[in-house]
Amino acid sequence: MKPAPFKYVAPESLDDAVALLRRHGQEGKILAGGQSLVPLLNMRLARPAVIIDLNRLRPLDYIKNGKDVRIGAMTRQRVAELSPLVRQKLPLLAEALRYVGHPQIRNRGTIGGSIAHADPSAELPAVLAALEGKVVLQNGRGTRTLGADAFFLTYLTTALQPDELLVEVRIPAHDHLGTAFLEVARRHGDYALVGVAAVVDWNGGRARDVRLTFTGVGGVPVRVAEAEAAATGRPLTDAVLAEVSRIVSAGLDPEADIHASAEYRKHVAGVLAERALRVAVTRAQRRERDTR
Amino acid sequence: MKRGRAEGRTIKPRRNSERVASPAERAQITLTINGTRHTADVEVRKTLADFIREEAGLTGTHLGCEHGVCGACTIHLDGQAVRSCLMFAVQAQGAEITTVESLGTPERLHPLQEAFRDHHGLQCGFCTPGILMSTLAFLRESPHPSDEQIREVLSGNLCRCTGYQGIVAAVRDAARRMRGTA
Ligand SMILES: Cc1cc2nc3c(=O)[nH]c(=O)nc-3n(C[C@H](O)[C@H](O)[C@H](O)COP(=O)(O)OP(=O)(O)OC[C@H]3O[C@@H](n4cnc5c(N)ncnc54)[C@H](O)[C@@H]3O)c2cc1C
Ligand code: FES
Ligand code: FES
Repeated sequence: MKPAPFKYVAPESLDDAVALLRRHGQEGKILAGGQSLVPLLNMRLARPAVIIDLNRLRPLDYIKNGKDVRIGAMTRQRVAELSPLVRQKLPLLAEALRYVGHPQIRNRGTIGGSIAHADPSAELPAVLAALEGKVVLQNGRGTRTLGADAFFLTYLTTALQPDELLVEVRIPAHDHLGTAFLEVARRHGDYALVGVAAVVDWNGGRARDVRLTFTGVGGVPVRVAEAEAAATGRPLTDAVLAEVSRIVSAGLDPEADIHASAEYRKHVAGVLAERALRVAVTRAQRRERDTR
Repeated sequence: MKRGRAEGRTIKPRRNSERVASPAERAQITLTINGTRHTADVEVRKTLADFIREEAGLTGTHLGCEHGVCGACTIHLDGQAVRSCLMFAVQAQGAEITTVESLGTPERLHPLQEAFRDHHGLQCGFCTPGILMSTLAFLRESPHPSDEQIREVLSGNLCRCTGYQGIVAAVRDAARRMRGTA
């Protein structure tokens, strides 16, 4: 099996990459880890005229500490997963990465590629949305920074313009929060049927702030505000969690596909929300104890 | 009136999606496979998997799905297990590749291969090269794996024969044997 013929360029500087994108516009396609694009090329579902390979672009491979941890787009998923900085400051990202395909996929797949690809069942877009992180996009004229809700538009579609490169992902450090990522998939390493990222700001026996973001239930990561509100400011007893679970199931409107019915996805989302909140709160309480 | 074939329907040439066929672009590459340097002039669209099999003649690396799912084509790229069907050979310019042929010889099998033989970790053997390369990288990182970890790493390789029980047993035993030899 072979892709249709293409021209191949592998820029070594960001300026060259941006210039190439500008020149080739619609006909050019960025190749990052290739773990989503190369299958499409092999099956000839994509036939770009020019492949712009970023794998020689060392300047986009970094993880920098700060209030927002900044991750270069070409950082391999596996490198981020094993990074001590990510494990300490971005525990939700570290946890979610373990659900992304298999180690053999994460050895090549990149952080920027997963976000740019915007698969509706992918884990990292949900993490970005749950933590209200940002992406930095660059073209020949400059850069712009977008939040998750402005970036993810619908299934496999983002605000990226044909001449734009995703250069950096910024995720707020959240080692002071309780977080959990859970998903149900047909097999380990498959895309999620449903996944949830739970973020809890726990204080004095109550949740000061709660975020519940789902993947696999719509074209973009989905937050359920009503369920978040129901969990906020209250001790998370079994009764409250059952209520949150009900609101989640009722509030989502997923599509059915060959992998699961809409009803099943709604049910699983509710169950996962409850479980993830329990784990997130336990972790927040442990942190509270440890820092006292 | 006779019904003509082209009645009411003109077939227009497709514009945007169809490009004029141009001769496939080629590039000169040099890479190392199992310690041997290979220099070749390849089409840029040739996958690393096809390069290994067709140019280097190393047919131990198998191709099942050619879209990343089955794991049969798993090789090591600079020491890390990756899918060779999801890379182009040009991207491996300057890289060190190792394939299943680097493991053992029929007379002197690698401990991992011995464990697979002893535990019936293979039947038809189609999936085996990929499984060996995946688990070799895994056991180097995790010399004391739990069964759960073993199953997790094996989830990246499909086997249609064994039912996996023999494979899990083989990897468990291989970990023990490799700790002994390391
Ligand atoms: C067997 C298998 C299982 C998988 N399972 C999962 C899973 O469970 N969850 C999951 O989330 N993913 C999964 N994936 C996909 C994997 O995570 C990919 O790595 C990811 O979706 C794309 O990242 P990439 O770096 O490989 O990008 P590529 O495949 O190279 O690119 C993907 C798309 O993004 C664009 N792009 C990439 N980088 C940039 C950039 N910097 N700027 C602008 N555009 C860019 C490309 O042009 C292309 O359109 C799986 C893949 C395989 C093969
Ligand atoms: S042939 Fe590469 S993963 Fe199946
Ligand atoms: S032994 Fe036949 S596919 Fe695994």
